[in-house]
Amino acid sequence: MRRILAVWAAKLATLAGRLIGKKSSSSPGVIALKICPSLIKQLAGNIEKGIIVTCGTNGKTTTNNLLYTALTKSGYKVVCNNLGANMLGGIATTLAQSCNIFGKFKADYACLEVDEASTVKVFEHLTPDYMIITNLFRDQLDRYGEIDITVNLLNKAIKKAPNVKLILNGDDPLTSQFGNTYYAKYFGIDEKVLPQIDETKEGRYCTMCGHEMSYNYFHYSQLGDYYCTNCGNKRPELDYFAKDVDLKNSLKFSINNTDLIDVNYRGFYNIYNILAVYSALDMMGIKKSGFSQMLDDYKPQIGRMEEFDLGKPVILNLAKNPAGFNQAIQTVLQDERKKDIIVAINDKANDGHDVSWLWDVDFERLKDANMNSLTTTGIRLYDISLRFKYSDVKVDSINPDMRSAILNTLNTDAEVCYVLVNYTALFSTQTIMLELSEKRKKEINEEENK
Amino acid sequence: MSEKYSLNIVHLYPDLLNLYGDKGNIECMRKRLLWRGIDVNVIECTNQSPEIDFENADIIFVGGGSDREQEIVCNKLLKKKAELCAYAEDNGVIVAVCGGYQLLGKYYKTEKTEIEGLGILDIYTDSIPNAPRLIGNIVLESEITAQKIVGFENHGGRTVIGSHKPLGKVIYGKGNNGESGYEGVVYKNVIGTYLHGPIFPKNPQLCDYVLTNALKRRYKAFEGLTTLDDELENTANDYIVDRFTK
Repeated sequence: MRRILAVWAAKLATLAGRLIGKKSSSSPGVIALKICPSLIKQLAGNIEKGIIVTCGTNGKTTTNNLLYTALTKSGYKVVCNNLGANMLGGIATTLAQSCNIFGKFKADYACLEVDEASTVKVFEHLTPDYMIITNLFRDQLDRYGEIDITVNLLNKAIKKAPNVKLILNGDDPLTSQFGNTYYAKYFGIDEKVLPQIDETKEGRYCTMCGHEMSYNYFHYSQLGDYYCTNCGNKRPELDYFAKDVDLKNSLKFSINNTDLIDVNYRGFYNIYNILAVYSALDMMGIKKSGFSQMLDDYKPQIGRMEEFDLGKPVILNLAKNPAGFNQAIQTVLQDERKKDIIVAINDKANDGHDVSWLWDVDFERLKDANMNSLTTTGIRLYDISLRFKYSDVKVDSINPDMRSAILNTLNTDAEVCYVLVNYTALFSTQTIMLELSEKRKKEINEEENK
Repeated sequence: MSEKYSLNIVHLYPDLLNLYGDKGNIECMRKRLLWRGIDVNVIECTNQSPEIDFENADIIFVGGGSDREQEIVCNKLLKKKAELCAYAEDNGVIVAVCGGYQLLGKYYKTEKTEIEGLGILDIYTDSIPNAPRLIGNIVLESEITAQKIVGFENHGGRTVIGSHKPLGKVIYGKGNNGESGYEGVVYKNVIGTYLHGPIFPKNPQLCDYVLTNALKRRYKAFEGLTTLDDELENTANDYIVDRFTK
């Protein structure tokens, strides 16, 4: 009875939220858990084939949603917190939403993205069968603390689910270490692809002995083919490996020398997201026929190199920590077209109030980006402008208004515009771009009807 | 013809202590010297190359890291304790941020262990079990600079500076221990502070104060730094001051 009440409360709260125009995905679950504290536990019992949890600093939303899409296309009934609400409340909301009005539901799989800091709490309510960890990077120190704290939390969480099958990024020494104690399979990129630049590496010390790690090559941050000369710790043998990587026009690579992937995604890091999903499907014994088609059909969620046609392509990308930003810059550099760039930095709670991480991003590299103009905006527009000043990258305009910043780029000689934003600037910027692209469509239609 | 000036900045263990964009502080000092035609060498003293050339050091910078990394650094630096103390007494310039600041004192108690400090200053840092970390934007009024000093603090440790002079009075934020109303420490040419952000880019006057001290110590005839166009730096500083104190 409590469960039915809780489900109703969650459904009502979501509805009420929608009526007032809020995309509330966490608070309905919080209310439902107050009414029925065992709600998640009860509902999780109805998931028949498996619960897959995805964690990690970057890429967890993309990975989780891709996995959801793949399972759904294979004909399974799947629940997924695809709106990205990834703390306990959000997971309760997701499960409650999937119930019928009698508080009942059945599903084959649950794909759940879980915030690293929430794993301990979440695992008190449900026990995952599989757990993907994408990577661990420095992220919002004022919220998460040092990376060591995150590693400890994940260890504590996994201890609660000792039979879980881990799916780990083998290229990341911080992530692969969990496989030392628990069952794990590893994915990774098995060749040198990117130029070897010297960026801030988080896990540069061996997780086993503390000695500085050596690399045969690295991909970005601390990801790569690492080994420790002191204790012999090294990248584990990869169960799922990408090779023959070609980033020129699309994203091409092979997995385990058999499956060829060729998708119209931008961003080297997407190789990891795709590998993680491939590994999970393989481990669950699910056929991967149609995998490439599924990737093609998948619509990335907002702000992941999302392209808008505003007369010229304007590409919106979310980057919220140094590793993410360095990857965004890497992707921008791979595009040889002449470009305008807009960078927006906010410092609200969801961004982290501390913006010192800006100094750990290799903004210097934008010097080689064939830039036509650079605009800074967002709440911390002066901080990001200063960061550019001390990198000898010229800022052409400091403009607190994102709309006018975008409009200004539409009439320049540049062929493309990149808009790099951190978290809380994402939704407002996307709204502006959607409006502008709608307006343009209308204008074209009117022109044709004349 | 005036003498060609040149400074050596020694960055202590950037490979271990690099938590809060500290390389921004180094870059800021470096650029503000170069823009004035003053040569600068940045010497990174890393875990692999632990030698410090005190003779030729003009500025020693030490940043913040995790407790684990801080302990490694401290064990290394304890071997140089005597030289570091002598350097500080001889008006050598030291800038120590966050974890580096805590290392200057007698000890730093974490929740698990007590880390012996370098004892350059008569200060110490305690940790109070279950007390919240002191996190947030911070604004100081300082005797060193006309401009208010702004930054971001994030520390669990509570530092007590005894009879030492603080870097500034807290106008907004928490400071050394959340109670004294003061932040940081200044002793001769040594500055210790919890402010990162990093601290120098938005506080050009503080950066220039440090550079001036180093130049005066190296070149007796040094007359002072030329002015730079700091409009952007000052706007960034004003923004924080206005947002949090008005």
